[in-house]
Amino acid sequence: MTDALYSLSISELAPLLARREVSPVEVTEQLLERIERLDGALHAYLTVDGAGARAQAKEAEARLGQGEATPLTGIPMALKDVLITRGLRTTCASRILENFVPPFDATVCAKLRQAGAVFLGKVNMDEFAMGSSTENSAFGPTHNPWNRECIPGGSSGGSAAAVAADFCIASLGSDTGGSIRQPACHCGVVGLKPTYGRVSRYGLVAYASSLDQIGPLTKEVRDAALLLNCIAGHDHRDSTSLDAAVPDYLEGLGRGIKGLKIGVPREYFGAGLNPEVDAAVQNALKTLEGLGAELVEVSLPHSEYAVAVYYLVAVAEASSNLARYDGVKYGFRGEGRNLLEMYGATRTQGFGAEVRRRIMLGTYALSAGYYDAYYRKGSQVRALIRGDFETAFEKCEAVATPVSPTPAFRLGEKVSDPLTMYLSDIFTISANLAGIPGISVPCGFSASGLPIGLQLMGPPLGEATLLQAAYAFEQATDWHRRKPQL
Amino acid sequence: MEYEAIIGLEIHAELLTASKIFCGCATTFGAPPNTQVCEVCLGMPGSLPVLNQKAVEFALKMALATDCRINEESVFARKNYFYPDLPKGYQISQYELPLAEHGHLDIRAGGETRRIGITRIHLEEDAGKLIHSEHRPVSFVDFNRTGVPLIEIVSEPDMRTPEEAVEYFKGLRNILLYLGICDGNMEEGSLRCDANISLRPMGQSEFGTKAELKNMNSFRFVKQALEYEIKRQRALLEAGKEIVQETRLWDTAQGQTASMRGKEETHDYRYFPDPDLVPVRIEAAWLEDLKAGLPELPTAKGQRFQEQYGLPAYDAEVLTGDKALADYFEACVKEFPQPKQVSNWIMVELLRELKTQDAGIAACPVTPGALGKLLALVEKGTISGSLAKKVFEEMWATGKDPEAIVKEKGLEQISDAGALEAAAQEILAAHPKEVADYQAGKTKVMGFFVGQLMRKTKGQANPQLANEIFQRLLE
Ligand SMILES: [Zn+2]
Repeated sequence: MTDALYSLSISELAPLLARREVSPVEVTEQLLERIERLDGALHAYLTVDGAGARAQAKEAEARLGQGEATPLTGIPMALKDVLITRGLRTTCASRILENFVPPFDATVCAKLRQAGAVFLGKVNMDEFAMGSSTENSAFGPTHNPWNRECIPGGSSGGSAAAVAADFCIASLGSDTGGSIRQPACHCGVVGLKPTYGRVSRYGLVAYASSLDQIGPLTKEVRDAALLLNCIAGHDHRDSTSLDAAVPDYLEGLGRGIKGLKIGVPREYFGAGLNPEVDAAVQNALKTLEGLGAELVEVSLPHSEYAVAVYYLVAVAEASSNLARYDGVKYGFRGEGRNLLEMYGATRTQGFGAEVRRRIMLGTYALSAGYYDAYYRKGSQVRALIRGDFETAFEKCEAVATPVSPTPAFRLGEKVSDPLTMYLSDIFTISANLAGIPGISVPCGFSASGLPIGLQLMGPPLGEATLLQAAYAFEQATDWHRRKPQL
Repeated sequence: MEYEAIIGLEIHAELLTASKIFCGCATTFGAPPNTQVCEVCLGMPGSLPVLNQKAVEFALKMALATDCRINEESVFARKNYFYPDLPKGYQISQYELPLAEHGHLDIRAGGETRRIGITRIHLEEDAGKLIHSEHRPVSFVDFNRTGVPLIEIVSEPDMRTPEEAVEYFKGLRNILLYLGICDGNMEEGSLRCDANISLRPMGQSEFGTKAELKNMNSFRFVKQALEYEIKRQRALLEAGKEIVQETRLWDTAQGQTASMRGKEETHDYRYFPDPDLVPVRIEAAWLEDLKAGLPELPTAKGQRFQEQYGLPAYDAEVLTGDKALADYFEACVKEFPQPKQVSNWIMVELLRELKTQDAGIAACPVTPGALGKLLALVEKGTISGSLAKKVFEEMWATGKDPEAIVKEKGLEQISDAGALEAAAQEILAAHPKEVADYQAGKTKVMGFFVGQLMRKTKGQANPQLANEIFQRLLE
């Protein structure tokens, strides 16, 4: 038995599996043992499916033996608990779905199953993906593997922590305003939010339908490309999925970035940016330049409205998306003497405070007499933000920015101040509003040892370029090789 | 004071697509509860709607048939409200940009033609059904109907009388049936009607306060509810009271409308574009294809019936007022190519029988072929016109062929001059007084002689021949 198989990336493990030097059963057992032993301190997982994972690992082993493997066959993964898994409890970290076992698979889960991946279990998140710290989970927060006192970021905090702590080989998360990139940044791993529509949303429990997108959280850039190869593509069950050919995202990885024009938007480097983050990102820009990229200054003038627009559009959609949790058909049901009381009890007791707050905000934004001032106006500003990026991408092929204004903050630090909490997504939200792809790669550490991330954003369907640039940067640095001490 | 009623209708028609509007589930009526459901129409977390193109096609046909302007791009919107039969907590409908707008339908009421404007036609999904237990204070939900495609047809407030409203509703139903996109069944709820009605003093241009009427599942109830509502509102206005804007339910048993909810309880549906669906784009070429493929519609068919069959306008209108009846007529004319006679029979005998049985033409046990044969028997003189009515009744009751009935019952007309003449002579011999009367110039007694002969032959004598024989014998 090889030691520390759990610490490998997909790219490192897949060849060993393919050559049958290690068995998927072995890797799975190591990971299950590690989760069992160490996750008590982090709480990355909400559900560990030992039996299911072992069965999938056995199937993968047989498949590897028959030479019918894909690069994901036998790779143990953790899935954010917002992804619908047939027969496996899917809670969205909410009381209201605490015992919900779906009768179908999300398209991405079905694709991963087909590719032979192993599902270790479902990982923690902010309830219904609403949050930036994973503190809004109804089942308790996840801790940052680099410092237990700190948040792992959110809402895909469980995914990022599980990847950083080697509780899985890779993970899938979802990103509505930064929910993949920001926790990836805070946990020192790679996180990719694809173009809106690149990956099917079928089976992704909706928070804000026009912003949500599924993407990988991985130990290295190449793994993100591998996973995107598997999950991207048109899905006839998602009308908003793009009917565009899926390139081989691995293909361009080795090409380097000589001559690549990278825009640096001045609005992302102003007041409020933590100096350590600023320094690390400036350093990263120099590295990119050293690799042959050409840095150009660009402007995204409507960036300052992004957070405000997001908290109109996202909450409005959420207020409608979450109406289905009414205690009638599935999930938690509260007690009441009549229908109205039952609704009230179900939704008051079933949802946490932040979810209730966003439902109320969204309901207000859509109300008669307010719709034009809020939702419609928000949609109009959103178009301006998209326009900013279109203009910028006439001058460059990607833009580079920080992911988060600060390194991971302390658990509980911002819980009572939602407005400050909302600002932690200030650099990531625009990509969702514009529907463009963004990737977060590790680019340094704070003095206190917390990871810092670099964000690259590209034009619609520009994932290949982002992966190519991120890969070049990663190969030139070793931030991604550092592991937290658990 | 004279008041004028202002009436507008909102018609909901379930489309006859094989599958639901946003998933692949079947739409069959009457299946056991919750057997035609899936994660999409149950509103499971993570599921997404995908538009059924057939539903769009059907809706477009209706839009074309009512001369609507079809929007190149229309948008689905969410109508948000909580109810147990609405699994997602919102209904996917259309709001700001409907599929089609600005159409119209011409109706005939009170002897004149009126053009009723159609504001809009939009697509939406139906909700489920609540089933209330008779034994315990609990309710169950059947989601089979959830997601069945509906079109909502909203009229302008162009109708002035309950009769006009019913004619408009009948006209729309007729077109839906002509197009084959809705079964028009009002009892099963596949065709539903809500009405907005207000009164205003004759000559005033502003509208009065309106009431919305619901739960009228037949033409008769629509008429009764509107008539009741006119009376109720007039009484209030005449007493100097105000009309309250509210939703009222028609109560069939009580024969009146009763308040369901007032304006202050009106929902704020918080409509917004559904981010799960992309805008519906209608290609011009598709529209052209659909237009070319439209069946002949009632007005055109009526025109053709007048020209091709030489029918009077009234006959043509009655016959084409129901597609099945028009088809019946044409099938019958194929068998017996004398259109006016066929039309007379259908409009008098057949429709009367249908009315007594309270049945539609679909339930008619006499096939058009059989009716054609019957008319041919009369034409050939095999049976008399009056006997034909008896044969028709027999055909209705037994479903038998007219020739078989005539043979079985020995109803052939006696056209054998020799046999009739013998019988005629007997009659003349038995009635010398009447013979004398005739010869004295009272030719009216001829009727008496023929009647006697009919009686003697159990109605089988050829009446024309009988006349001739008596005339000859008496001269
Ligand atoms: Zn269904």
